Amino acid sequence: MSLTIFNALVAVVAAIAFAALNAAYLVWAERRGAGRIQRRPGPNVNGPLGLLQPPADGLKLMAKQLTIPGGADKALFVVAPVLAMVPAIMSFVTIPFSDTIVAHSMNIGVLMLFAFASLGGLAILFAGWGSRNKYGVMASVRAVSQSISYEIPMLITVITIVMITGTMNLKDMVAAQAGGFWNWNFFPSFSSPLMPISFLLFFVCTLAETNRAPFDLGEAESELVAGFHTEYGSMGFGLFFMGEYANIVIGTSLMTILFLGGWNCPFGLYPGVWWFLIKVYLLIFSFIWIRWTFPRTTIYGLLNLSWKILIPISLFNLLLTAGLLKVF
Amino acid sequence: MTMTNESVKQALRDLFPDPVPVVDEPASEDAEEKEETRTNGVLERDHAAYGYDIDVQLDPGELLAAVMIVDKAGFFLESITGVDWIKNDQLEAVYDFSRYDFDTCRIVIRTRTPRSTPKIPTISKVYPGAGWHERETHDFFGIKFDGHPHLVPLLLPEDADFHPLLKDFKP
Amino acid sequence: MSGPIHIQPGETFTLNVGPQHPATHGVLRVKMEMDGEYIVKAETVLGYIHRMHELMGENRTYPQVLPNLSRLDYLGALGYTHGHVLVIERAAGIEVPERAEYIRAITVELNRIASHLFWFGAFVMDLGGFTPLMYAIEDREYILDILEAVTGSRLTYCYYRFGGLYNDVDDDFISATRAFIPRMRKQLKKYDALVTGNIIFRKRLDGIGIIPAEMCRKYGATGPVSRGAGIDFDVRKNEPYSVYSEFDFDTPVYHECDSLARYKVRMDEMEQSLRIIEQGLDKLPDGPIMPKKKPKLIKPPKGDYYQAVETARGSFGIRLVSDGSKNAYRFKLRSPTYSNMSLFDEACEGMLIMDALAMMGSLDLVIPEIDR
Repeated sequence: MSLTIFNALVAVVAAIAFAALNAAYLVWAERRGAGRIQRRPGPNVNGPLGLLQPPADGLKLMAKQLTIPGGADKALFVVAPVLAMVPAIMSFVTIPFSDTIVAHSMNIGVLMLFAFASLGGLAILFAGWGSRNKYGVMASVRAVSQSISYEIPMLITVITIVMITGTMNLKDMVAAQAGGFWNWNFFPSFSSPLMPISFLLFFVCTLAETNRAPFDLGEAESELVAGFHTEYGSMGFGLFFMGEYANIVIGTSLMTILFLGGWNCPFGLYPGVWWFLIKVYLLIFSFIWIRWTFPRTTIYGLLNLSWKILIPISLFNLLLTAGLLKVF
Repeated sequence: MTMTNESVKQALRDLFPDPVPVVDEPASEDAEEKEETRTNGVLERDHAAYGYDIDVQLDPGELLAAVMIVDKAGFFLESITGVDWIKNDQLEAVYDFSRYDFDTCRIVIRTRTPRSTPKIPTISKVYPGAGWHERETHDFFGIKFDGHPHLVPLLLPEDADFHPLLKDFKP
Repeated sequence: MSGPIHIQPGETFTLNVGPQHPATHGVLRVKMEMDGEYIVKAETVLGYIHRMHELMGENRTYPQVLPNLSRLDYLGALGYTHGHVLVIERAAGIEVPERAEYIRAITVELNRIASHLFWFGAFVMDLGGFTPLMYAIEDREYILDILEAVTGSRLTYCYYRFGGLYNDVDDDFISATRAFIPRMRKQLKKYDALVTGNIIFRKRLDGIGIIPAEMCRKYGATGPVSRGAGIDFDVRKNEPYSVYSEFDFDTPVYHECDSLARYKVRMDEMEQSLRIIEQGLDKLPDGPIMPKKKPKLIKPPKGDYYQAVETARGSFGIRLVSDGSKNAYRFKLRSPTYSNMSLFDEACEGMLIMDALAMMGSLDLVIPEIDR
């Protein structure tokens, strides 16, 4: 009994450490990457290559006073940043980084991940509503409609994968893709010829779910100032920031597991956690790349994309896969 | 000058019952005296020397009629401003109109109103863009634009009760 | 989706966009009556950076006012000082040597490109794309360096004098400008590929933010705003001043009236400015840069003078009422953005806030120039 509690504690601490470290250094990577893209150096003063910038930023954020605006709903205002961070950390518990490195392998891991992902929308709603700021309310309304619209095609796509692999356990899903890159779900098979499109769809949905540019309408700074976290300073803002990056890691991890064969090597050599991390960071780099290349979409363009294009395509893919599975 | 502009000029001239002769103000160098003002009417100006072609002076009552002629001929509103002729105890409002096409022609319409009760009808019904210009002129000179829908300070603070471009303004 | 909608009264809230807001690029405030994301009614509130340049113009001598003009519009300052020297030269009858006129045209056009470049970057940033701003600023830096070497300042130039220039250009200026032209042409192609062709960018601007020609006329909009509404109006062509009649250049006109048309007008204008600079450098005559005889004290004769110039933002006009003394009796500045902005209240009704702010970006606002 005590051993299981100890194990669980270690797992949670490791998950928090991984999430926090990733969040901190993804900010650094984002800024350096943006610097490269924009032909400027980016942060390069603190430490070699500016590697001490994230701790400096963290210290600065933690040292600042946390102000609660007058008229704000205190409970919601305080709960919101925590609610943004906690589900992100909890999601790490069920993600398998390799055959052995997984905090807790669950048979319904996929379901749990999506349950936690939906909580993220709630955090934004709380933050916007609780801060009693018109920009915040507008942003949170946008963010909620956005996360509802994009969860649907995302889940339908996942159902397709679940049908192919026949399991909801993330570890088994990766195991089903072992062997070589031709076994990955990314590539079309007889039973699901539209898989590359599904991947693209899932990629777009992840961008939207994590509120990343070009879908960062919840914090569209040119019209809504800073969106739902307009009133947040100090570590409240810091938690939102970390939550965003933690969500990116989760989203890309999920993409890796569902489509890119997890920790499997493309050629069947030396499977292990390094392959997983390489794939994840490549995907994250593409996120950064997209953010610094594209302008922002409009809210109606975003909703149109989901309801008129992504949902019909994902539904069609689901039906096609179901039919073909019956045939083959 | 082209046909359109000739017809506009004629239409503006018709506003005045006794059109000839229009006397320009004398170019006196003596600034101490009360200045001779020009009579109402239409003057043609040399564009190279002054920057405008037609110079109209009229009473505030005829302003709307003149502006409607200009509007009908397709001119756009360039600006509205005021001049404080303190020696004559008058405020002048100056309206500039110009054309988008190549019949280059700038029309200046001037109208004067007593300094103590400065009142001029608004032209914002004809040119909605005049709204801001009239508010600005009201800010700077205190000219009341009759019928203006929203004559509150634009560039000056909301509670401003001074008019900085009046010549007797002391900051 | 972006067309006007009918909203039931009584279910709105007021949103204060500004005076400190990222989209207004300065201290402008728009009081918006909102129904959700839709704007029911907007009222622009000005005056946060009002400095009463017109009164300063009255209580200072003419040369003393000269530096004030470049404080109107910090991005395209040379165009405004150009207007000032032209109206004084017209009033006082000062002849300008040809070389000075050519250098004025070249430097004004360089400044116009710099201004449009900064607008381009800021506009794309308004739409959420941050990277083009950095590219645009890098190119603008070349122009600022070139201009700094001859004028002595980088932003608020005071380079023109009544009758000529402060100093002559040197060979470095000419070679640097010549080298800049092909570089800028290459960059313009790059911007075209990076931004103009971007599907998200086009979707946000195409057919959105309509400002029709009739509205332009009623509000007196000029410059790229009116040219984007299909009006072929450019003071440099319609009312040629300086040596602009000597140059062969086109006025880019688009008839779509939307934000994309205004964007395209400005992008094409940079190319036309490059053409003017190229021709100016080819034709640049030798000679003095200041007239031989110039009155020591500038006292224009009594009268009422007007001068319009085409700045980066539109038609800038100065009305000078002189009473024959060394100060102006009345010094009216007709700033183009003032008229361009005045139509915003009417144009944005019924629009979504993000489309309205994209339209505001396409008007190219410089707030100190509106407030004067």
